[in-house]
Amino acid sequence: MENPENVIEVRNLQIDFHTYAGEVKAIRDVSFDLRKGETLAIVGESGSGKSVTTRSLMGLLAPNAVIKGGSIMFHGDDIIKKSEKEMQHIRGKDIAMIFQDPMTSLDPTMRIGMQIAEPLMKHKGLKKKEAISQALEMLKLVGITDPEARLNDYPYQFSGGMRQRIVIAIALVCYPEVLIADEPTTALDVTIQAQILDLMKDLQNRIDTSIIFITHDLGVVAGMADRVAVMYAGKIVEYGTVDEIFFNPQHPYTWGLLNSMPTLNTAGGSLRAIPGTPPDLLDPPVGDAFAARSDYAMKIDTEKEPPFFKVSDTHYAATWLLHPDAPKVTPPAEIVRRQKKFAEMQRPEPPIKNTTKE
Amino acid sequence: MPEERKKILEVHHLKQYFNVGKRDEVRAVDDVSFDIYEGETFGLVGESGSGKTTAGRAIIHLYEPTDGEIIFDGKDVSKLHTKAEKHEFRREMQMIFQDPYASLNPRMKVKDIVAEGIDIHGLAKDDADRTKQVEDLLETVGLNKDHSSRYPHEFSGGQRQRIGIARALAVEPKFIIADEPISALDVSIQAQVVNLMKELQIKQNLTYLFIAHDLSMVKYISDRIGVMHYGKILEIGPADEVYTHPLHAYTKSLISAVPVPDPEFERNRKQVPYDESREKDDKKRRMVEIAPGHFVRASEDEVPMYTQRAIDAGLVTEFSE
Repeated sequence: MENPENVIEVRNLQIDFHTYAGEVKAIRDVSFDLRKGETLAIVGESGSGKSVTTRSLMGLLAPNAVIKGGSIMFHGDDIIKKSEKEMQHIRGKDIAMIFQDPMTSLDPTMRIGMQIAEPLMKHKGLKKKEAISQALEMLKLVGITDPEARLNDYPYQFSGGMRQRIVIAIALVCYPEVLIADEPTTALDVTIQAQILDLMKDLQNRIDTSIIFITHDLGVVAGMADRVAVMYAGKIVEYGTVDEIFFNPQHPYTWGLLNSMPTLNTAGGSLRAIPGTPPDLLDPPVGDAFAARSDYAMKIDTEKEPPFFKVSDTHYAATWLLHPDAPKVTPPAEIVRRQKKFAEMQRPEPPIKNTTKE
Repeated sequence: MPEERKKILEVHHLKQYFNVGKRDEVRAVDDVSFDIYEGETFGLVGESGSGKTTAGRAIIHLYEPTDGEIIFDGKDVSKLHTKAEKHEFRREMQMIFQDPYASLNPRMKVKDIVAEGIDIHGLAKDDADRTKQVEDLLETVGLNKDHSSRYPHEFSGGQRQRIGIARALAVEPKFIIADEPISALDVSIQAQVVNLMKELQIKQNLTYLFIAHDLSMVKYISDRIGVMHYGKILEIGPADEVYTHPLHAYTKSLISAVPVPDPEFERNRKQVPYDESREKDDKKRRMVEIAPGHFVRASEDEVPMYTQRAIDAGLVTEFSE
């Protein structure tokens, strides 16, 4: 591990998919760290590679996927080099996952108490009775009312929000170091979503798990994430703290994403949609993959891939706009508004008067 | 007062029950009334199970309503008897569905999907006219004519939703029910589809019933919003007003749960809990106009409370008897 703070270090990951049409270059040189106790959000459109990236951490890639290069370090070992058998010891115990659809990620024929107890019996070697009693504790923790009675219920007897709580209980029952949540609330109503997100935050504080949160909902990201990585066409194009990404974004794609969402203040007129569609990764474009959809594309964007430019110690963006020789551009109005706010937030706080110690 | 606008759709006391008379009777839509004016977008929001989709389906007569009246363009929809009348109704009211994957027949070419309505209603003079109409429609929704001989699987979600829109437009409808048309799409594509729908509305003078759970998008696209919960509409009003000054406690709670893409706002978020037991007492409630054009489902004794809220929010300036 390069940094003892890191739980996972992904370096130069490249993943292709064999398809009848050719090699789809789904992940193209992705690197990131996951720090202890933090929530890292990965945002991007469908097909940007966010789910593939996290599935590779779990060793759950489809059979036609090929890892072309790179490493995923976890506890000093490279996960990519591990056998399926070794992965089975990690999966569910050290790294757990919550999937999008609570309707399909539970076993419909198994009582939920048993489903929660199963990882404890498998990974910790607990006896059934002990495992079930811990499952009961977990059910209480995730806020299922009357947990004793409900241990023996089947998934169909729960609502969508309750099922997602059960999925979370299963994922957390072994107190994993890393929790991967792949669009965990997308299938839920906003009020239920708010409850589940609060629950995840609360549990994270209690058991000190690091969370990788995958979503395309920027509102959810703003509320959950400590740091954000923005993915586009199989690459991370910008990453930084949540404030840096939302209030001082640098990549035109991040601008486009933030700009295309209606906010409370959006009045009539049309939304600023990002024109076009993401590129075909069978034949990824040369240079900046977003150039074809960007109003800010320059000649170099179609010729040479932009490296990461440093914005701050925690904030990097891969866009030629940050090159010292690049012309100064004015981002969309919404982004300028956000950057103003960022500047205000950066201003040193007024000195605080000495408060008397308690 | 706004000038007298034409009501294109009037829904009076619509009830849609399932399993009527059995123990598991479900009152999916329970005494819902609202009007939609020509050329506007009416947003119907609510959580899953609130009955918003059922209401939409009952209006387009995919279900036989249990009770109530649906008056479309001056005619009672349940009293259309001749085949010609039913045909006309089905042409004038169209639907765009949520799932762009499931709502297009995978074994039909795009041109046949789009032209199905044209064929049924005999809107094309000959083959050449049919082809031309399809190509024009594809262009209207931002696809190109080469797409017409392809199959749905060759398209992305956003493109498929465009095909669904082209299909709805093919029969030149007046009124379109869009049931969660963008929920399955990516953020950047959602904006494209919403912009397209807005543009078409102006060009072709369409009226929309926009059903969704994404409140920020509904607020953006709608002129007026109705909030549904447990089969009932609890609040109706101008979109901005409902959003910025919700009067009903449920609407307040719903809006407070919407995630906002602003970390600072999110850190200070206060979610408003909602106590639904109050809805279940046996008081008689009806829609009461608290502020101009702003209705809340209230019992007589709750009216002063809502009126006070409206005054506090600056929606009403004085007591009017």
